[in-house]
Amino acid sequence: MDKPESSRRQFFNGTVRGAFLFLLGAATTLLFRRSQTKRTVWQIDPYKCICCTHCATECVMHPSAVKCVQVYPMCGYCKLCTGYFEPEPISLDTGAENQLCPTGAIKRRALEDPYYEYNIDEPLCIGCAKCVKGCVLFGNGSFFLQVRHDRCVNCDECAIAIACPSQAFQRVPADKPYLMKDREHQA
Amino acid sequence: MRRLIRGCLWLTLLSLPIAGAFGVERFPPPEFDAGYKMPVTTTPPARAQWLSYLDVAVLMAALSLTSYLVLSKRSRDGVLAVAVFSLLYFGFYQQGCVCSIGSVQDVALALFNSSYVVPLTTVAFFLLPLVFTLFFGRTFCAAVCPMGAMQELMLMKPVKVAAWLEHALGVLPFIYLGAGILFAATGSAFIICEYDPFIALYRRTGSFGMLALGVAFLIAGIFIGRPYCRFLCPYGALLALVARYSKWGVTLSPMDCIHCQICDTACPYGAIADPMLKNPHPDPRQRARRRMALLALTALFIVLGGWLGEQLSIPFSQAHATVSLAEQVAAEDAGRVMEPTDASKAFRQTGQPVEELYAEALRVRGRFAVGSVLFGAFVGLVFGVTLISVSEPHERSVYDPDPADCVSCGRCYVYCPKEIVRVKRIQSKDVIPLTPVRDDPKG
Repeated sequence: MDKPESSRRQFFNGTVRGAFLFLLGAATTLLFRRSQTKRTVWQIDPYKCICCTHCATECVMHPSAVKCVQVYPMCGYCKLCTGYFEPEPISLDTGAENQLCPTGAIKRRALEDPYYEYNIDEPLCIGCAKCVKGCVLFGNGSFFLQVRHDRCVNCDECAIAIACPSQAFQRVPADKPYLMKDREHQA
Repeated sequence: MRRLIRGCLWLTLLSLPIAGAFGVERFPPPEFDAGYKMPVTTTPPARAQWLSYLDVAVLMAALSLTSYLVLSKRSRDGVLAVAVFSLLYFGFYQQGCVCSIGSVQDVALALFNSSYVVPLTTVAFFLLPLVFTLFFGRTFCAAVCPMGAMQELMLMKPVKVAAWLEHALGVLPFIYLGAGILFAATGSAFIICEYDPFIALYRRTGSFGMLALGVAFLIAGIFIGRPYCRFLCPYGALLALVARYSKWGVTLSPMDCIHCQICDTACPYGAIADPMLKNPHPDPRQRARRRMALLALTALFIVLGGWLGEQLSIPFSQAHATVSLAEQVAAEDAGRVMEPTDASKAFRQTGQPVEELYAEALRVRGRFAVGSVLFGAFVGLVFGVTLISVSEPHERSVYDPDPADCVSCGRCYVYCPKEIVRVKRIQSKDVIPLTPVRDDPKG
């Protein structure tokens, strides 16, 4: 009595298993056509960024994998850097009350008069883009946000990309993972 | 003097209308007299491509090893060792991404949206565990999945979950799976990744809420066996479905079960099914009537679910960025909302016509209209099938792990007295032949 029922069940299970395998095979062929072997990573187009601060708050990493970078050939080395100083600084020095950066991540260093060098202390930067806004509005725009790939975990669905109001996030080839500004583009 | 000039220049610039939003060269970079070396902007490289192939190779190796340890070697200690490795590699080193659970969403998005390019690694992470489960049962859950491994290692004092509660909570993974696919396929959000309780722990960073959720799940996991796997995991729902038809799986020595019930007590996941001897229903006509009633109820659930889904399609669609932007822009134009958002400001800056945005939003809403009805109907079906499976239990004569619920942890091997004897007896041959699931005891 038991024997035929058992083999019947085995046959049924085998059939369903075959059906599942067929489904998986079909899905695989479809997916392979829509997949790519070339690895891509997320990056910000600095010319689309509107400095909305979502980069600082939406990233799955805390602090964010997005940080400010400084492209030195574009920098004006201004004494009054509008990316570094509050709109109405009490005095032009490194006092915390004068700085725009909430974490003091920009280091100001005097060079020959009247020029100053501005460096980003990356571990401190949270990607809030306050300095970017200041630099873009009144300076040369040498400060801008980039996804730093030593921190980015490259989520397939980037949380910042979804929240980005200006669609500045895009996928770029992994061997060219940065979208840097340059003087030519600016001019 | 120079300072004064520069200051004046700066003031004049302030009063000028702002030329470009993205910066123009207002101050020509200085030419330094001597000795200044301009620093170079660092560009840390992205993770190398071969490392993602390594991930797939490690996944394949871990799956093979676990299947061998569970089914042939019958080694609980071996499974635990692989679990520790997986937790360290897939969890803490790989930071929980890419993972099979989340890959469901990538696959859904790629299947429904031809413009989405899915990485090959993600496809491999989706497919390999499914294929292994089809042949060897849920060995992926046993020790390869970092989430499962973490909870497996946390379980100290298991308490039994009442059967009615277990059945009731068992519908959640399917609902979560349906919702995950709905929001992923429409390109709105990856909710399964967003609300992954353990990922914040692997990365040792995250919002307070997610870290607290992860810790809460871990603490609950000390007493309740694998709370995430059993009552939430959407990929586990998929694997449970497939595992029902797996070729091989965890079996206890069926020839000489002495009904001691130790395995039933030892299994913290409620996967060992009590024997249900063939017991013809006292009244076959009543039984047939009940079956008909259940089928009708399932149909009703499906219709009701579909209707509810249709009602919810518009609120659901607001999860999509384009729809919420279109609603914001429309509200601003109608004067209902005064304060523009960042997104609406950025949209107006692009100069794209509003009609295009509205048309795109309507297209997304159309996709949601279909998707929500299907999602609702699917939830109804899950409720119906759960009711049917509860009222029509599977007939069996021995204690046996249910392949759908069994996560192949191998605990029962260590507890079943007959299994211990059997393993010892066959140990001279070292490898135990695979046994098909639900081997007939008398056959």
